[in-house]
Amino acid sequence: MGKYILKRILLMLPTLFGAAILIFFLLRLVPGDVCEVRLAGAGLYADPEAIKICRENLGLNDPMMVQFWTFVSGFFTWDLGVSMWTGAPVLHEIEIRFELSLQVAIMATFVATVISIPLGIISAVKQNTGLDYAVRGFAIAGIAIPSFWLGLLIILGLLILTQHFTGEPWMPPIDYRPIWVDPMYNLSQLIWPAIATGYRYSAVATRMTRSAMLEVLREDYVRTARAKGMIEKVVINRHALKNALLPVVTIIALEFAFLMGGLVVTEQVFNLNGLGKLFVESVGNQDFNMTQNLVMLVVLIFALTNLIVDVAYAWLDPRIRYS
Amino acid sequence: MSPDVITIPAVMQFDEVAPKKSLAQKSVDLVRKQPLGTFGLGIVVVMLVTAVLAEYISPYNPVQENFAAMFAPPGTDGHLFGTDEFGRDILTRLIYGSRTALLVGFVCALVGSSIGLVIGVASAYFSGVVDLILQRILDVFMAFPLIILALAVVATLGTGIQNVMIAIILVFVPRCARVVRSNALAIREIPYVDAARALGFSHMRIILRHMVPNVMAPYLIMATTFLGQAILLEASLSFLGLGVQDPIPAWGLMLTNASEYFEAAPWLAIYPGVAISLSVFGFNLFGDAVRDTLDPKLRSR
Repeated sequence: MGKYILKRILLMLPTLFGAAILIFFLLRLVPGDVCEVRLAGAGLYADPEAIKICRENLGLNDPMMVQFWTFVSGFFTWDLGVSMWTGAPVLHEIEIRFELSLQVAIMATFVATVISIPLGIISAVKQNTGLDYAVRGFAIAGIAIPSFWLGLLIILGLLILTQHFTGEPWMPPIDYRPIWVDPMYNLSQLIWPAIATGYRYSAVATRMTRSAMLEVLREDYVRTARAKGMIEKVVINRHALKNALLPVVTIIALEFAFLMGGLVVTEQVFNLNGLGKLFVESVGNQDFNMTQNLVMLVVLIFALTNLIVDVAYAWLDPRIRYS
Repeated sequence: MSPDVITIPAVMQFDEVAPKKSLAQKSVDLVRKQPLGTFGLGIVVVMLVTAVLAEYISPYNPVQENFAAMFAPPGTDGHLFGTDEFGRDILTRLIYGSRTALLVGFVCALVGSSIGLVIGVASAYFSGVVDLILQRILDVFMAFPLIILALAVVATLGTGIQNVMIAIILVFVPRCARVVRSNALAIREIPYVDAARALGFSHMRIILRHMVPNVMAPYLIMATTFLGQAILLEASLSFLGLGVQDPIPAWGLMLTNASEYFEAAPWLAIYPGVAISLSVFGFNLFGDAVRDTLDPKLRSR
């Protein structure tokens, strides 16, 4: 197993390197850079001399290869350079936002799990009944409804409901306080984006739970368990669910990596100062250094999640052995 | 029973052969077999008709600003769904927005999956080094979550509808290529491909005439799945202000400023979202039906 994990980590390196090449050259494919946005962004006349100095300072005039080397070597020296927009170190900008995004991602995964597993089970056990159709409709709707719109609806709903019941419209707070400083405040802010993103991800997982359960419920051992007079609850919880959970865990874990992408939109809606918002701003400002490092962070999380899923798979299912 | 009467077993009775069905009969069968898919198709058709006839059915000009009628609530003097912060009619903008959504949806799904089809089949056909290199490149593309890659492309090319389409196509190509390749690998081992090669046909001819037609099922499944995804991605990018730009009517864009006017005009946040969800819903149902029909192994229970 140790050997397998090591091999997988080594195989990750070429992909990460490829991603670094792709994002680096992609961003520089077309003329235009942060200096032009910063100095001439509002359509004002920009002094060519000033743009030149700005480029010089940010190292944008260096040969491509030198810039690329600075970018890649940064990962080994743990020096990712500075944001071309704010001038603050990239690591610092990421650090102050990481906690918020991670918390929303974890809470959204929690929401998705809590919704999808029970619904999936009910839907499979009551196959082709009204309940089943309701759950399936709920799941299909979750895939079709964009999470940013759901976010808008949640805010709007909160405004209207609080106005109606307390006479005072209430909106989730905007400034972030860590959960250990002020748990109630923190949760009252972050639960809504977690629901908006979590619902969407629960949709995929619900469908997965349902089909996995249906498959397992047809197995011989389930029939045997029923034949020996076991109560249905035990058959479902202990015999069927345990075996159906494997693909569901995979989907939920893989979705966790996608959450980092989903947050890009949700954070915008709820005006949360997280990594997603930082990413959108960096793209808008053509802040190459910030953008490429954030992309690499997402790719790394994505690759690591895949690895963890594969390892967890072997651990959960003794039939799977990697070599 | 007299011995000279021969009873024909049921399996040999030829009148079992079904008579040729009329188109109407076939449609009824389809509705019965795929009720949800037909419903989805219905939504898609309504959208198509709306988009084509936009000039004739929309009551106003989509970019016409009317500062006398800003924030007219739904139902007032001919503005069925109200007006936005520039006094533009919401219903008109929704109708024209369906053009944007459908254009992006169909172009991205078709182009993206077609390029993926060619790459996937070529990768499987040539195998060896070509396959290895292509697969490693696809790995790199697949290492990005959808919207992150699309955003990175938009960061390079800038905003606007063409660039958004390029970004979405780029995101779809590796995903389709991956699926097509795995199917094409099996086709490659079938003797008629060897036979074609023995006859001295060119690579191009073998790929296009002998392999591509045999991977149409996964190709069509991917293409229909992409339709809804493309619309959703375009809406997300436009919502972020990095997609289609004002004054072009696009549903995602219409939601961008909605949160600023919650107090004054909550309806701004409602209708475009309904339009996005409904169309993606329609395309997804349709896509599921296509998948069920073309790939019995994947049939959802």
